[in-house]
Amino acid sequence: MPTLPQFLSQAFNGIALGSLLALIASGLSIILGTLGVLNFAHGAMFMLGAYTGFVVLSHWDSFAGALVLGALVLLLVGFALERGLIRFYYRRPPEDQILVTFGLGIMIVEAVRYVFGPLSQRVPLPSWGQGIVNLGFFIYPLYRVQVIGIVALLLFTFYVLLYRTRIGLVVRAGIEDPLMVELLGTHVRRMFLVVFCLGAMAAGIAGVIYAPLSAVVPNMGEPFLVQCFVVIVIGGLGSFPGAVVGGLVVGEILSLTTLFDPAYAQAAIYAVMTLVLIVRPRGLFGTMGRA
Amino acid sequence: MAKAARRGRYRWLPELAMAGALVMLPFVFDRWLGSVDLFTRILIWGIFGLGFDLLFGRTGLLSFGQGAFYGTGGFITAYLLTAGILGNVWLAIATGIAAAAAFSLVVGFLALRRVGIYFAMITLAFGELAYFLENSPLAKWTGGENGLPGVPAPSIALDGFTYSFAGSWPSYQLVAGFYFAGFVFARFVLLSPVGSVLTAIRQNPERSAALGHDVRAYKLAVFVLAALFAGCGGALLGIFQSYMPPDAFALETSGQLVIQTVIGGAGTLIGPTVGAAIWLTLRDVLQTIPGVGDLWKFILGFVFVVLVTFMPNGVVGTALRLWSRGAAKQIAAPQPAIHHEAAAAREALLAPLSSVRVPRSASGAARFALEVRNLGKAYGGIHAVDGVSLALPEGRLHAIIGPNGAGKSTFLRMIAREENPDAGQILLHGIDMASADVTAAYQAGMAKSYQINQLFPQLTVRQNLRIGALGRHRSRLRLDVFRAADGFADVERLVDALLEELALQSCADLAVNTLAYGEKRRLELGLALASRPSLLLLDEPLAGLSPAEREDAKLLIRNLNKGRTIVLVEHDMDAVFALAERITVLHEGRKLAEGTPKEISSDPLVREAYLGGTTPP
Repeated sequence: MPTLPQFLSQAFNGIALGSLLALIASGLSIILGTLGVLNFAHGAMFMLGAYTGFVVLSHWDSFAGALVLGALVLLLVGFALERGLIRFYYRRPPEDQILVTFGLGIMIVEAVRYVFGPLSQRVPLPSWGQGIVNLGFFIYPLYRVQVIGIVALLLFTFYVLLYRTRIGLVVRAGIEDPLMVELLGTHVRRMFLVVFCLGAMAAGIAGVIYAPLSAVVPNMGEPFLVQCFVVIVIGGLGSFPGAVVGGLVVGEILSLTTLFDPAYAQAAIYAVMTLVLIVRPRGLFGTMGRA
Repeated sequence: MAKAARRGRYRWLPELAMAGALVMLPFVFDRWLGSVDLFTRILIWGIFGLGFDLLFGRTGLLSFGQGAFYGTGGFITAYLLTAGILGNVWLAIATGIAAAAAFSLVVGFLALRRVGIYFAMITLAFGELAYFLENSPLAKWTGGENGLPGVPAPSIALDGFTYSFAGSWPSYQLVAGFYFAGFVFARFVLLSPVGSVLTAIRQNPERSAALGHDVRAYKLAVFVLAALFAGCGGALLGIFQSYMPPDAFALETSGQLVIQTVIGGAGTLIGPTVGAAIWLTLRDVLQTIPGVGDLWKFILGFVFVVLVTFMPNGVVGTALRLWSRGAAKQIAAPQPAIHHEAAAAREALLAPLSSVRVPRSASGAARFALEVRNLGKAYGGIHAVDGVSLALPEGRLHAIIGPNGAGKSTFLRMIAREENPDAGQILLHGIDMASADVTAAYQAGMAKSYQINQLFPQLTVRQNLRIGALGRHRSRLRLDVFRAADGFADVERLVDALLEELALQSCADLAVNTLAYGEKRRLELGLALASRPSLLLLDEPLAGLSPAEREDAKLLIRNLNKGRTIVLVEHDMDAVFALAERITVLHEGRKLAEGTPKEISSDPLVREAYLGGTTPP
């Protein structure tokens, strides 16, 4: 049996991983809910953010700079993709949208592989994030504690944006019924652009934060994309609270199962997903009638 | 009949062409592309792709987890052989395929609980699950990241002479043999009623279900079918390489299959094979070009995005389209009407099918074709339908009228079992329909024609009617993959009679999306008729028709009423008062009045609530 400190330490890892998953998945989920597009390139966008973090942090010790640049890069990429390609796909069947974003994801990953090479590269911690902290029962890496704080702050910002601002109101209305929003005089296509960029930025920022925790490698986004799918199936389509709760659930399952037997960590999240599919197919926070 | 004969003569042409290609092409590869092995590899992807094309190209189910079944087939086969459990390679292949099918049954059951986007996500997740299972918990048996080396090739023994399928050319023969068998089988499926239903499901799943086909069961069937092909491809991969690689399970495998299928052309059967040929040759060629080699996958990704955007039919699909455009010019002459049944014979053909077990009440009192008791449905706080009862004797033409929002459509939807009532009971010929879904209701002899056309837009008129007729003819699910869809004589006779009754013979072989609105409207009615229902539910059948078309439609409805019970919801009061024997007036979800047209038109309540006090015709 694992000791209490081991258990707590893994539980904390679960929160750190889970909150990151929540951030990525909420980006994916609002794009899916509003535009109806399942963005298979979302993992690649996360990876782009991580590489931006890698470039900035290995040259300058500026985490804020990395965050801003990461958000900016993904804003530009999101803008270019939505205007240049995705918007022509709104009238096409969802399968085509999946295919084109899948293709875009491959192109982004391959471009990064070409530029930065196929090997994984370490990303330095920001200077203020080095060291460990004593949390009473156990000792824990400082940066991970900070990650939980930063992501919580970002998720809160996202929440305020979605639930306390006019644009957020329009976006949430758009998730319920895009056609009605259009009929009420909102320029839906412009809203789609905003949402796509927001979703891309969420993935990018999560990538920047994640980079120092691990290392960067071109196909690092793939497992995150798949885990985000699991998060969305568990949490419910287009639901922000669903993405957050689903993210934390998946993060905790991954971390705590690792404690007992790492071999089953991945299998466990699919088991929970299967359970949700059987008991509550629309997901924990999903509404009836969508997809 | 002419068409069927033509079909018959050319039925085996693709198989012949394929056999020719499988004999000739390996020499081309051997001579100009280095080795026949590349072609063998293409055909392994091709076998995998034949199944995927039935699943995605034909039925429209985009799965991103096919690698799970490819890997399962491969690893089970490889494990049985390398661990010495089975000595017979053929038996090991069969076991691998069966295991893949069994796994797909479980995954399909879960993944098909959701449709569209969710289906893609869930299949992908299960694909990853399989990958992780292979890699860690099952590593003791699968070799984990190392895979399983040393998979033997099969051999055949005849009269002491043994032929082994090891080596380049023999393994090509083995794979080509499987490919050809798979191709023939897939063609059988496509041309069978099952293939027709799958196509219909892709174009309009709701209507397919309403025409008596169990949509989820058919989807599950094609999912398992695709896994059979995947398992076979995986088994052959291990044998061909004498090594089973773990990345058969990887997302990359599933993704590559999707890409190859789209590049080659989904829904063309050989599309995935052509796509695999393009992908694998291009990869080999690009990798040898200095400076470009590292970018080969980027280039293929770019080609893929461009193809998805501008050529969604893929290479084969586009070629077929260009070719058939050329061919269409040659046979421009309209086909003569195929057969003329005498009016009486046609009537007999279209009469309600009397397969319904009708329990006669002991007292011999009037039995009802349809009885509805206290039906109720609320949305939130609004009672759309509130305690409405109805009893129709056999052969009655009963109209339901009421202002917009009176609950007519909801009422009809509940009878057709498209919606579950909150309260009340529906009896069809005395049988409680509480547990029936829309498919079961159709099978029991109830059919509905919709206010907004629910057709299969890319199928011809004849194919549309056939989908309807096959539903009642074959029950909810039947996997008669070795029968021809157009090979049921009585179904074809029924379809011909319907074409004539609906005056649609001249456009019988045109795609529905090219028809005029009036023709589509008649076909909409025809689909409901194709089951020869004993109870016909008509939701605003005259909506959008011109005055002349209305007269024709009224005549048709009166004709259909012979020996058949009809519930008619309609806003055209002239038509309602001319056609209906009795009328129910709904108002705010409740029954306001019921009676003969005469009684209704003079009912002061009705006149006040609905007719606005004016004198009805």
